[in-house]
Amino acid sequence: MSAMLEVRGLTKHFPVRRGLLRRVVGQVQAVNDVSFDVNEGETLAIVGESGCGKSTIGRTVLRLVEATDGSVRLDGEQILNLSTDAMRHIRRKLQIIFQDPFGSLNPRMTVAETLAEPLLLHGLATPDNVDDKVTELLRTCGLSSFHAQRYPHEFSGGQRQRVGIARALATRPRLIVCDEPVSALDVSVQAQIVNLLQDLQAQFGIGYIFISHDLAVVRHIAARVAVIYLGRIVEEATAEALFAAPRHPYTLSLIAAAPRPDPTNRDRSKPVQGDAPSALVPPPGCAFHPRCPMAQQVCCDERPELRTLGATRVACHFAEEVVPETATPQPSATAPRLQRRLDVLQGEALKRQNAI
Amino acid sequence: MKMGEVDIEATTEPLLKVEDLAVDFHVSGTVQRALQGVSLNLKRGRTLGLVGESGCGKSVTSLSIMRLLPQPPGHYAGGRILLEGRDLLSLPEREMRALRGGRIGMIFQEPMTSLNPVYTCGEQIVESLLVHSGLSSKAAMDRAVELLDLVGLPSPRERAHDYPHQLSGGQRQRVMIALALANDPDLLIADEPTTALDVTIQAQILDLMTDLRERTGAAVLLVTHDLGVVAQTCDDVVVMYAGGVVERAPTNALFADPQHPYTIGLMAAVPRIDATVDRLSTIAGSVPPPWVTLVGCRFASRCPLADDRCRSAVPPLRENGPDHAVACWHAPIEEATI
Ligand SMILES: Nc1ncnc2c1ncn2[C@@H]1O[C@H](COP(=O)(O)OP(=O)(O)OP(=O)(O)O)[C@@H](O)[C@H]1O
Ligand SMILES: Nc1ncnc2c1ncn2[C@@H]1O[C@H](COP(=O)(O)OP(=O)(O)O)[C@@H](O)[C@H]1O
Ligand code: SF4
Ligand code: SF4
Ligand SMILES: [Mg+2]
Ligand SMILES: [Mg+2]
Repeated sequence: MSAMLEVRGLTKHFPVRRGLLRRVVGQVQAVNDVSFDVNEGETLAIVGESGCGKSTIGRTVLRLVEATDGSVRLDGEQILNLSTDAMRHIRRKLQIIFQDPFGSLNPRMTVAETLAEPLLLHGLATPDNVDDKVTELLRTCGLSSFHAQRYPHEFSGGQRQRVGIARALATRPRLIVCDEPVSALDVSVQAQIVNLLQDLQAQFGIGYIFISHDLAVVRHIAARVAVIYLGRIVEEATAEALFAAPRHPYTLSLIAAAPRPDPTNRDRSKPVQGDAPSALVPPPGCAFHPRCPMAQQVCCDERPELRTLGATRVACHFAEEVVPETATPQPSATAPRLQRRLDVLQGEALKRQNAI
Repeated sequence: MKMGEVDIEATTEPLLKVEDLAVDFHVSGTVQRALQGVSLNLKRGRTLGLVGESGCGKSVTSLSIMRLLPQPPGHYAGGRILLEGRDLLSLPEREMRALRGGRIGMIFQEPMTSLNPVYTCGEQIVESLLVHSGLSSKAAMDRAVELLDLVGLPSPRERAHDYPHQLSGGQRQRVMIALALANDPDLLIADEPTTALDVTIQAQILDLMTDLRERTGAAVLLVTHDLGVVAQTCDDVVVMYAGGVVERAPTNALFADPQHPYTIGLMAAVPRIDATVDRLSTIAGSVPPPWVTLVGCRFASRCPLADDRCRSAVPPLRENGPDHAVACWHAPIEEATI
């Protein structure tokens, strides 16, 4: 059976122009030969450092930028070569939410107007019932009809993100590209939005491409994870496998670099050195070799192909030799008291809720 | 640690003491309270983390200590900031200028706003050395290269001639740290120094800061919203919420024994890379906006335990363990206390 979304060989090169004549002097290889599937109701996370091509992948899938090469199939239908007209019909099924919903919301439109627009445009509401549909959408996203007549600037960051989600949800999409949707939010609000995204997925079977640089959030929300380095997938696996047994040295260093909120478990190892190289002049061979502690001569000469290793896809000549931290994480000493007190707080919150 | 200033453990008096600091902002005819009753202590050789969600007053606190609060609209409304007993709030600006970049080093989130784009990295460090120490320009340039090497900038002698825009974000942050360290500061204030950086670069910079702290013995005030960063780098922590301190403790004690409902909620909401849960724990509601006047406990609008006393009387910050202070009428939260 084929997946809901099938991306094959997706490639995007941006021309770099210089000088008065705007001559093309090079190509930024933002995305190179990227292939993945997203199933109905599934979350695929795309992770990697700034500039590695995460957003470009999301935007080419939605045709917000045109791909240089490759194919994208939604429910079996190839969409990269569809005419603008035919594409309009597909747009409804593919939505996006951004890190900063403020930038994508019209400051002069009330929330009700913002949400009514796509509903009417796609014939999902009539002028008669549009108000009810808007109220329903707001409620689904944890807002109330009280918010409908307000403008974006009157909302907190978390509320704005709820509006962004409501707008994406309005057209009953099959897939939503979530481009760093919680990166700008405080952790308590981040948790609210992550929970909302998970609830909506369970309710409507939406597939997510969840773009993030935060591996802890990704571990929580994603079923599968694709790790990108300089425009290429270097590892893809289920979240479970990826975090338990990373196969690529870069994945290993990303996981190691995430600061654990546990002072009894301080990381004394040396972090991976150096910066990510430029996508304008990618290093020859394996793009990670200038930073890789395991690099050999072959890594400078030959680019490792993405290959299957157990349940993982990995692009490293020495993937078999990558040894993950074997120490299974001990539930730290901090847990018991925190949990006990949290239980008291949540119990009390519940009691009060029921009393209303 | 500087030569001659041995035995940092023996000096028990904190290097920096903030007492009951209050800051207002005068915005379009109204007075908004940004800080209220903020107190903290920082000893030599230690790193103090200032943690809390956005808008809680972390940056206003660190700007106040450097006396860089924009005035107006900012306004010091009370309290003292003591550096070795001297109140910085009553120092003439001329003396304050000598302290900044001298005994107090500063690192900000976005190095581009604090590095001067029209001077090379080397020139900026040289300038600071010339202003604060008696070095000759030749010696200052050598020292600048030494500092760039110390912070791990590759080929420092060549990079010294680069302008800030020619460097990557991580490299700029290293230059910023070299600049902050130029005159052997006693106090280093770092406001979200790694927030704009990728996680691998963040790990490099935190590693560097820890290393330098151990070598120089400076006291570090590390402002961050990230509990992971606190856990990995700080000796002590101050948790802020809506302009006030809600809890203060040594790092290990805070994580093992979080007592304030806000601290508990915050810790529980952090997703873990080393463990999985079915559903993330949240804190209902959001931080009250700055124009809302707070009566009673600042956390009452989001706290499941809030009662009449909480809503009318401000809970004082009181000791609930060794060096562990909490501002909550019901702390520590146990079944028996509610
Ligand atoms: N319109 C464009 N023109 C030229 N180059 C571009 C364009 N958009 C992106 N790029 C380049 O493509 C590469 C990938 O960028 P992209 O925005 O996809 O990265 P990202 O992984 O989303 O990064 P971040 O985490 O910073 O959002 C970068 O080198 C970027 O500079
Ligand atoms: N220049 C300013 N004018 C008005 N209000 C300000 C200014 N700077 C900060 N504030 C307010 O002070 C409070 C604390 O802000 P800040 O210290 O920047 O928070 P953070 O903890 O995120 O660093 C916020 O309510 C903020 O809106
Ligand atoms: S191919 Fe070589 S350089 Fe690349 S990740 Fe594997 S070991 Fe490292
Ligand atoms: S004082 Fe009351 S409202 Fe404030 S945190 Fe404690 S229990 Fe909650
Ligand atoms: Mg992006
Ligand atoms: Mg700040």
